[in-house]
Amino acid sequence: MSTRLAQGGRRIDRRKSVEFRFNGKRLKGYEGDTLASALLANDQMMVGRSFKYHRPRGIVASGAEEPNALFNTGEGATFEPNQRATTTEIFAGLEAKSQNHWPSLEFDIGAVNAKLSRFLPAGFYYKTFMFPRFAWKHLYEPFIRQSAGLGRAPEAEDRDGDTYEHFYGFFDVVVIGGGVAGLQAAKAAGEAGAKVLVMEQTAQWGGRAAVDGGEVDGAPVADYIAATVAALEAMENVTLRRRMMGAGVYDHGYLLAYERLRDHCPDEAGPRHRLWRIRAGRIVTATGAIERPLSFAGNDIPGVMLASAVRDYIVDYGVSPGDRVVVVTNNDDAYRTAIAVKEAGLSVPVIVDARVGGGGALADQARALGIRVETGKGIAKVHGTKRVEGVAICAQAGEGAVLDEVGCDVVAMSGGWSPVVHLWSHCGGKLNWDEAQACFRPDGNRPPTDQDGEGFVLPAGAANGELGLGAGLTDADAAGKRAADETGHKPGRGKAPVAADVDEAALEPVWLMPQGAGAKLRMKAWLDYQNDVKVSDVQLAAREGYESVEHTKRYTTLGMATDQGKLSNINGLAILSDALGQPIPQTGTTTFRPPYTPISMGAIAGEARAEIFQPLRRTPMHDWHEANGAHWEPVGQWRRPYCYPKTGESHAAAVAREVMATRESLGLLDASTLGKLIVKGPDAGRFLDMLYTNMMSTLKPGKCRYGLMCSENGFLIDDGVVARLDDDTFLCHTTTGGAERIHAHMEEWLQTEWWDWKVYVANVTEQYAQIAVVGPNARKVLEKLSEDDLSAEGFPFMAWKDVTLNRIKTRVYRISFSGELSYEISVPASEGRALWNMLLEAGDEYGATPYGTEALHVMRAEKGFIMIGDETDGTVIPQDLGLHWAISKKKEDFLGKRAQERSHMTDPKRWKLVGLETVDGSVIPDGAYAVADGTNANGQRNVQGRVTSTYFSPTLGRGIAMGLVLNGPDRMGEVISFPGTDGKTYDAKIVDPVFYDKDGEKQNV
Amino acid sequence: MSETLSALKGARFAGIAVVTEAGLRGMITVRGDLADTDVKNAVTGVAGVDMPGQREINTVGERGIAWMSPDELLVMVPHGEAEQAVETMNAALTGAHALVVNVSDARAVFDVTGPHAREVLGKLMPVDFSAVGFGPGMIRRSRMAQVPAAVWMTGEDAFRVVCFRSVAQYVFDLLKAAAAEGSEVGLYA
Amino acid sequence: MLILECPYCGVKGEETEFHGGGEAHLKRFGPGSSEEDFEGYLFHRENPKGVHLERWRHVNGCGKWFHVARDTATLEVFGSYSAQVTEPPQEIKDAISAKRPGWSWREFA
Repeated sequence: MSTRLAQGGRRIDRRKSVEFRFNGKRLKGYEGDTLASALLANDQMMVGRSFKYHRPRGIVASGAEEPNALFNTGEGATFEPNQRATTTEIFAGLEAKSQNHWPSLEFDIGAVNAKLSRFLPAGFYYKTFMFPRFAWKHLYEPFIRQSAGLGRAPEAEDRDGDTYEHFYGFFDVVVIGGGVAGLQAAKAAGEAGAKVLVMEQTAQWGGRAAVDGGEVDGAPVADYIAATVAALEAMENVTLRRRMMGAGVYDHGYLLAYERLRDHCPDEAGPRHRLWRIRAGRIVTATGAIERPLSFAGNDIPGVMLASAVRDYIVDYGVSPGDRVVVVTNNDDAYRTAIAVKEAGLSVPVIVDARVGGGGALADQARALGIRVETGKGIAKVHGTKRVEGVAICAQAGEGAVLDEVGCDVVAMSGGWSPVVHLWSHCGGKLNWDEAQACFRPDGNRPPTDQDGEGFVLPAGAANGELGLGAGLTDADAAGKRAADETGHKPGRGKAPVAADVDEAALEPVWLMPQGAGAKLRMKAWLDYQNDVKVSDVQLAAREGYESVEHTKRYTTLGMATDQGKLSNINGLAILSDALGQPIPQTGTTTFRPPYTPISMGAIAGEARAEIFQPLRRTPMHDWHEANGAHWEPVGQWRRPYCYPKTGESHAAAVAREVMATRESLGLLDASTLGKLIVKGPDAGRFLDMLYTNMMSTLKPGKCRYGLMCSENGFLIDDGVVARLDDDTFLCHTTTGGAERIHAHMEEWLQTEWWDWKVYVANVTEQYAQIAVVGPNARKVLEKLSEDDLSAEGFPFMAWKDVTLNRIKTRVYRISFSGELSYEISVPASEGRALWNMLLEAGDEYGATPYGTEALHVMRAEKGFIMIGDETDGTVIPQDLGLHWAISKKKEDFLGKRAQERSHMTDPKRWKLVGLETVDGSVIPDGAYAVADGTNANGQRNVQGRVTSTYFSPTLGRGIAMGLVLNGPDRMGEVISFPGTDGKTYDAKIVDPVFYDKDGEKQNV
Repeated sequence: MSETLSALKGARFAGIAVVTEAGLRGMITVRGDLADTDVKNAVTGVAGVDMPGQREINTVGERGIAWMSPDELLVMVPHGEAEQAVETMNAALTGAHALVVNVSDARAVFDVTGPHAREVLGKLMPVDFSAVGFGPGMIRRSRMAQVPAAVWMTGEDAFRVVCFRSVAQYVFDLLKAAAAEGSEVGLYA
Repeated sequence: MLILECPYCGVKGEETEFHGGGEAHLKRFGPGSSEEDFEGYLFHRENPKGVHLERWRHVNGCGKWFHVARDTATLEVFGSYSAQVTEPPQEIKDAISAKRPGWSWREFA
């Protein structure tokens, strides 16, 4: 059984007991425990079921590479799936539940898949679920969805109760990894004066050096770690961060780091996670190495663990994973585990060393402790189902004939070490295959390069393939100094600390155990624990023609689980290489992509959630609209009132009421969102002549003119009224969504094409609140408030004037988008609310009715006015809309003119704007198409037009619409058909698009 | 004068930094040839401070000049004086090619103060707010989360943030979130 | 994510402060131009793997447009320069030549 030892545990504080719950059971651990160590201390070896076959799985590792021990943690607002037990620190009240089983961890229905496993090989889904087609939707997909996935998704109604944030950090040198290499690199860079950040993904500094032992400069390595951390903490230019992971390295020294602030203390105030968005001059990756499993039959049975993890649990947490530990290895490092187990008072029945020659000094030490060592041997098979019961030993060179049976409850395996090259590789760092250590390591000559074309990532220590303590420290010291030097600092002359490395015998690559394992054994030899991929699956893929490692990965799903193949990738590609009969470097690795380990969605979103998910733009009258029941419509990032429904009133009824009140008496519209651009300079007129299709330079000061803007491709991009303020100055109104876009458009042409023209542009959209006073009584209201001449003669249509309204200085534009007598009144934004209140009060006797965007739309449609975005969609030119009157024939040039001369633009078959009047008065559905005779090449009905705007007109008491129709203007009176998605067909007569007050008598009074 | 209102009417939040809407400020955009003597005289005459250099800001009390781009300045005066200042500058620049426009009400202004102010801003803007990276006399235009913003220092641990008026609530809420209790970064303070 | 230096305000900012504007040094063809010239102006782009001259705007900053010489494959930046020129200045050409001898882009080399 696994249990807490009486002594030991560097990381735990035995004086501080911590109670938590696992699958509803109350368990106890100590402060400093991970969930994994605490579970092992409570004899909870089996922790989950595998993804595909639902096989019992146990804890394999002690760090971020753990594939099996994934849990749901928390409840409700703190619920989160797929949390790794090995990186989850326990705290009082932690709730953890195992995943992927039903009804229980001990008894699981899905385990029947394991019995069917020979019918579920690689590519099974691809092969099986292709046909018949209907079965996918009704049979296969529901079944797969039910059985697939590890953790469950949080409930939709549960909001994440935590907060998250980003932080932008700027450093000369960032060191990722707080093991001895990272600490030494940080120290070397820090001493040179560089601004340094060093981060460690766990809660402790020093990595695994203290577990592996050794001496640095004549003192225990633990002393070196403590002294170096103290030295770094004393440096003002060095920032140290624990519980922070280097998640991804990107172009130009961009680095994402994931800091877990409250996972271990969720009751404290503050953000749970912080995502650091860092710019680093140089990044030192001191990310260590990960031990590889060995591929033998039954290597996934709970109790089979990485050799390093077994000694981590003993040394770091005082936890024994089992009483009898069989060690199986192809290298000397695993002997350290045997020694640690023995020194903890536990039993090592045998060390199975695949190498015929066996090990070096560490092997001698093991033998001296009385441990049996078998060389040239392998494990044929592990006995047990939910727990290791024993191993069958065979010759590594053979096919698995059993030579001996040994009882045990833990198998500690080591297939050698793979440097963690992920962060080196994220942004393009290349790798070399190291034959001696059987691993990929960074090729220093092919680093990822930055904006200057220089390498900006420096691997250090074990991450650079320097696995020994002494070699690693020397390498890291050099990396730290180089990083400082390359960021403009002068490294000190101090020497790297000295540590003697134990003389180790060479590793021998072992990719399959035993070497000649038959099909039966290979089908039980797991490569990827989390995605249930076996040696036989990769071999099958190779047989079926998958030669590229990237294809094999996707076909078998090897390395595609949440652990991204940290344990399985190298073993998998070695098996693939062997099957293809080619050397490993020729097969190559799959692409390493960020993040290194999964990061929370909350951290990615940062502050952008709920109210501040995105900017919401408010006009100066926003609060009034809100207080008066506005139903909001998003227009770009603005919120505009769609209508103001009264209690019990439908939106449609509110819109009708607003339209009628405006048409009959007086309406008020908050038009503040309209874009307002000041264009000034001696060349302003010339400039606007280029931007608008019509002539603006001839506009007289004091007057307004409607204009259209096209892109250089000829298509309509915006429209609005231009007012000439003085000889040099114009005010251009844009659409609500167009202010920033058109401002940018103007600046682009001024800065990049006509830079010698004397024109300045300023966006004053938000300087002004603008209120449209609309309706037959509009003038009367203003006259109540002003002594200025507002008569039809004194202030005619399409003029503007400075008017004082009850002591508020305003500028009034007599323009109309509704067809009514209309004034748009502009005041500084800070006075907008005061003006709005004043107009409401003054208009009270006329029943002043605030109206929203829908009433505005209805009224403009009744008048046949186009709306950018309704009548236009980026493919429409002014000529399509019958706007020839607004296109200058005199001007030699304007943006879009050349494009509009192209044959496609002058084609008489282009659909043209018309009005549409349903025969029965109903409203045509938005976006409906008019059908024509016959079918096209795809067998679809031919079409001859489409609806661009469609409304119920309360003024006319019927549905009205505008649309683009083939030869439309020549087909007045003809009835065409619009089938709706509701099964009905809407017959509509082609009419003039101006439905109301064709002669414009109402606006011109 | 009628009743004038800033976007958030002086809203305030105290967390790891204090965030306050600074109310209405007189702000005038001046575009022109910044090397031109008339332009220099016009703006310094109104603002009462020297011309700032590239990415610099000079202020005395509520008056100041900020360098916004190679042909743009932001001239600051008390809100009530802005219109008069526009007229004064326009008069001084008669005949010159320049644009002087009152943008006071197009802006919202916030003060972020306290020992953690640098960190609060560092959570929202892609700018180095370390003491080495950013100090008094500098102005930085960048983005704050998803909107444009400009920032400068008004004293030790005191920053002024300017954004568009329509997003005042958004920016205030951003600053509030970034200044939440317990969210100290521990980097600059 | 790129770091670019705006030649107008001197800010070295991250990509989110800027907005890409496509290929640099396009020659505008307006009314009266041939179909081929207009087509080329409007639609034909170099799209190289390697040295490229392109336009950027410091949109969350001083608002100015500028040009950048950049390698589209390695993302190395050779320099940024004024938008108000019809060809890259000599020092930019030299900077590119130093790193990519023999480069050419449209009519420039």
